[in-house]
Amino acid sequence: MLLLIPLLPFIGFLVNASVGRRLSKGTSGGVACAVMLGSFGISLAAVWQLIGLSAESRVIGQTVFSWITSGTFQADFTLRLDPLSSLMILVITGIGSLIHIYSTAYMHGERDADFARYFSYLNLFAAFMLVLVLGSNFLVMFVGWEGVGLCSYLLIGFYYDKKSAADAGKKAFIVNRVGDFGFVLGVLLLWVQFGTIEIQEIARHVAALPVETSFGVLSLATLLLFVGATGKSAQIPLYVWLPDAMEGPTPVSALIHAATMVTAGVYMIGRNAVLFGHTPETLQIVAVVGVATAFFAGTIGLVQHDIKRVLAYSTVSQLGYMFLAMGVGAWGAGIFHLYTHAFFKACLFLGSGAVIHALGGEQDITRMGGLKKDLPITYWTFLIAAIAIAGVPGLAGFFSKDEILFKTFSNGHTVMWVVGVLTSLLTAVYMFRLVFLTFHGERWTPSLAEVHAQAAPAAETSRGASGHDLHAGGHGRDQGGHDGDGHRTGHLHDAPRAMALALIVLAIGSVLAGYIGLPHALGGSNRLEAYLEPSFTAHAEREPGAAAVTEPAGVDHEEPDGAPGQGEGHETGNTATELALMIVSSLIALGGIGTAYYFFLANPSASQRVAQSAGGLRTLLSNKYYVDELYDAVIVQPIKNTSEEALWKRMDAQVIDGAVNGTGWSIRGLSDVLRLLQSGSIRTYAASLLLGAVLVLGMYLWS
Amino acid sequence: MTFPMLTTIIALPVIGALLLFAFRDDEAQAPKVRKVALAVSLVVFGLTLWLWNQFVPTSAEFQFVERHAWIPMFGIDYAIGVDGISLLLVVLTGFLTPIALLCSWESVHQKTRAFCMLVLLLESAMIGVFVSLDLFLFYVFWDAMLIPMYFLIGIWGYDRRIYAAIKFLLYTMAGSVLMLLAILALAVMHQQQFGSYSFDLRRMYELRIAENLQVWLFLAFALAFAIKVPLFPFHTWLPDAHTQAPTAGSVILAGVLLKMGTYGLVRFAFPLFPGAALALSPYLAVLAVIGIIYGALVAMVQPDMKKLVAYSSVSHLGFVVLGIAALNTQGVEGAVYQMLNHGVSTGGLFLVVGMLSDRRHTRLISEYGGLKKVTPRLVAAFFVITLSSIGLPGLNGFVGEFLILLGAFARHRTLTVVAATGVILSATYMLWMFQRVNYGAMTNPKNATLHDLTLRESVVLVPIIALCVIMGMFPNLFLRPMAPSVERMLDRVHVNSEVHARVPVPSASPLAARGVER
Repeated sequence: MLLLIPLLPFIGFLVNASVGRRLSKGTSGGVACAVMLGSFGISLAAVWQLIGLSAESRVIGQTVFSWITSGTFQADFTLRLDPLSSLMILVITGIGSLIHIYSTAYMHGERDADFARYFSYLNLFAAFMLVLVLGSNFLVMFVGWEGVGLCSYLLIGFYYDKKSAADAGKKAFIVNRVGDFGFVLGVLLLWVQFGTIEIQEIARHVAALPVETSFGVLSLATLLLFVGATGKSAQIPLYVWLPDAMEGPTPVSALIHAATMVTAGVYMIGRNAVLFGHTPETLQIVAVVGVATAFFAGTIGLVQHDIKRVLAYSTVSQLGYMFLAMGVGAWGAGIFHLYTHAFFKACLFLGSGAVIHALGGEQDITRMGGLKKDLPITYWTFLIAAIAIAGVPGLAGFFSKDEILFKTFSNGHTVMWVVGVLTSLLTAVYMFRLVFLTFHGERWTPSLAEVHAQAAPAAETSRGASGHDLHAGGHGRDQGGHDGDGHRTGHLHDAPRAMALALIVLAIGSVLAGYIGLPHALGGSNRLEAYLEPSFTAHAEREPGAAAVTEPAGVDHEEPDGAPGQGEGHETGNTATELALMIVSSLIALGGIGTAYYFFLANPSASQRVAQSAGGLRTLLSNKYYVDELYDAVIVQPIKNTSEEALWKRMDAQVIDGAVNGTGWSIRGLSDVLRLLQSGSIRTYAASLLLGAVLVLGMYLWS
Repeated sequence: MTFPMLTTIIALPVIGALLLFAFRDDEAQAPKVRKVALAVSLVVFGLTLWLWNQFVPTSAEFQFVERHAWIPMFGIDYAIGVDGISLLLVVLTGFLTPIALLCSWESVHQKTRAFCMLVLLLESAMIGVFVSLDLFLFYVFWDAMLIPMYFLIGIWGYDRRIYAAIKFLLYTMAGSVLMLLAILALAVMHQQQFGSYSFDLRRMYELRIAENLQVWLFLAFALAFAIKVPLFPFHTWLPDAHTQAPTAGSVILAGVLLKMGTYGLVRFAFPLFPGAALALSPYLAVLAVIGIIYGALVAMVQPDMKKLVAYSSVSHLGFVVLGIAALNTQGVEGAVYQMLNHGVSTGGLFLVVGMLSDRRHTRLISEYGGLKKVTPRLVAAFFVITLSSIGLPGLNGFVGEFLILLGAFARHRTLTVVAATGVILSATYMLWMFQRVNYGAMTNPKNATLHDLTLRESVVLVPIIALCVIMGMFPNLFLRPMAPSVERMLDRVHVNSEVHARVPVPSASPLAARGVER
């Protein structure tokens, strides 16, 4: 049964990839949505079955076939469902289905062939992500891991005739490959160390070892794995691909950012919680990188003008929180945030897609404004998601983010807690800057442009304009009404039915999703974390057998003797402290919204004054700290130049070939003979061959 | 004795080539000539598959062995047989030859008969190299193979074909001369130790050779193989040969000929001189890793598609040598697997590039762009083969690469870390080329009217793509039969090197020497 979960979307991919160009949009989109919904249904059934088991034996396994066997190395294609992966498959197939449904409307303007191509990639993406989370060993996980990288390449570069899109796709793949390099080395090291690549077996081996208090082999292995995570989950220093990924169609961004791909790094660490728990040195790095990324991306998000780029940096920032959680050993809290984030970030991206759709491709928020009236569904759902991400009490983001901050604080990382709280201020500000500029205030008209032009430096305006993702000629259905600048003044269409459905469901999720993780301090029992807990400990279970059978897994629960002081100080934690921290972060969130209101709605001239007085900082932020330029100057260009000038044109063509040709000329006689031979007729060659044969035969007879 | 299947497989292409004399060498008869040649090569391929089917995968012994005295005076035999390592290379040769013939169906239209004959003769020689169990016979096939290849490049190649053909020939012959001397030295040593000359490979394994002599003999063999692989810095013939060769030549060159170098290391250089192999393998690994990085970096800046693929071969074959130098199960199995992979995926790349240059008569990347709009199927095939070449898990390249890294990591940790960066670089140069050729706007009007894959081209590419998937998903089909032979080879290296180390002077009796043999 488990196999069907990734297999169904894969079949959808095969159908659309092979005969999709001959199918109508309704059929190809229908197939794609059906397989996703089917997969979601099976996932629900599987999870239901899993929940029915006792807490300690919640494992369902299936070995599909024996994949690679070489000596003592063994990699089976084995899938494994446990609480952690069960949550993941629900997010992937559930939110993934909504994104598929939304896409049927959003991509409707494409040609039939492109429409089918789009859905084939989307299905493949989901299939690989499901393999990633269900894989029971590192190698199967790696199939999904690289597979989602491939799909991001295809989808980001969906409008492949546009150079910026093709470049962005390639960048995503290669930056991810840098991370994968670390991942593979980490796996190699673990194999050399433990002689297995089965995640559970490694966890069992590790559980028997003492915690590595100084940087040792395990720390190195986890650090290498973490390098892989920074690539996939867009953390410093490998986050650079993600903002460029906005070149893809907007629903793709939702898929990458909410349901698949970027969560992989966080998931991988959670999956290896026992291993990472034994390497506090690495965890320290994870936490610092996480919190630094959260803050750093938040600052960039403050000044971006492209609606999708603001959301992209927001994702990088929120992922930073998840890594912070992982780094302080709060596995459950990190996964909890991953799960709530999936709802509101998908909702935000799809909402931004609805805006872009309505405006015929406009993505610059300084050219929007006042859309509230015309796009009520989009507005309200977007607003709810924004409130959720900002961390206002009662909505999903509040519970999960607060859990992370509380764990950070209670585990003694006060400095990181402060940075985390500051970041949540940034989050509230940039999110509501987005809301206010897009939906409130006056509708942008070309005459207003002059006012805005003063506010926005020329460079940014041009960037905003170059960031349109919509295909020229796409959205044929809407084109009549929204051609050129027609949309500025005319009546706008709110999200069509398929899109509205997805938005509303996700908005509801953004409100309610947090309640399964209601903390003790608020009278809840944090059921989600309790449910996930067994996934973060090593079991002395037997590995899943060859058939799709339910294993009576947890024979006895080996105490994870690692990770002292990591994470679960919660139960003993001080309720008063937790409540106090909650109040602080609530105030911060509301303060951030107020700040955004003051600067971007009530008093826009104030924001211009601030911008002008801190012009240098603003330029730095607008240019994203020049990191892309730095990478290009320090890594890309030197490699290109060395390869071209030193290696190819000098080493190969002059040094080596010079030596060879020198030798060659000295026996020029031979080559002249050969030249003569070549100019002769085929008959001569045949004769010479025959001669050789006769010679050999002669030798034989003579002996 | 059972039916001489291997001899049949070697002889059939030669007979086929002779049969072609029945046709006139002109345009009118060309279609018939092509069909006969193709039919012969398909029969051979069928026979190699039968061979695989009949092969006992649990045995490390040579199977289908045939042995006849040839020049008894020098103990030269006609001795052939296959084990798990050579079996799959024979199948690969059988697989690629019909593809090479099919891919030149239209592009070769001068001297078609000669072309087909040479391809068939080449096939015989290549299979002969893989199945020879007699060093002299091996050497004969090894050199015989050069001649048809030389003509294929020199006659049907591109503008600088003469230079490339001669460079190819001189380079390879320079290496093989030393190897011949080493082979003769082995025969003489056999005479000294056992009282009679022999070129029998299996008897050679029993020789006891002093450590310092081993080093020299190893170097002589290794040089010939290193040139063939090609290992840095002996690689500069390859870009020229590949670029200038016709598509069929490139496919065979990349698909089979390069493998002879790495096959030679596994079959001869390492097990014959285990002491030297153990001592020198780290240096080999260093050269391999230089080749991986160097080949990838130079590939990145190539303006010519064929050159780019040629340099990528230097990089990929570096991985193979690294795996062999690891001298453990995963490394060597991965290396043999990667030989097969490289034959399939790089062969495939050359096919695709050939199809493009058949259409546009240029190999320059800058001449292309935006092809995905006009030739979607060709581009899709190109894409899958690209992914296979950069080692995407689920396709063939990954299995070989990963096993090699696994094996190498256990032995040469730092080198492996450096080698693994090649995985990043390969994605960079391949995807960059892919993007410049297929994505972007259609800027060159000459590309706007290109036709998509023809039926014949699909027939060529579909088996390649199918193999990429099968070998990626079910590698055990291929790994299982090779495992016992690889273990045997590793035992020879590790066990014998210990014995050799204890008894450095070759004075022991034949019986004692036999005691070492498994």
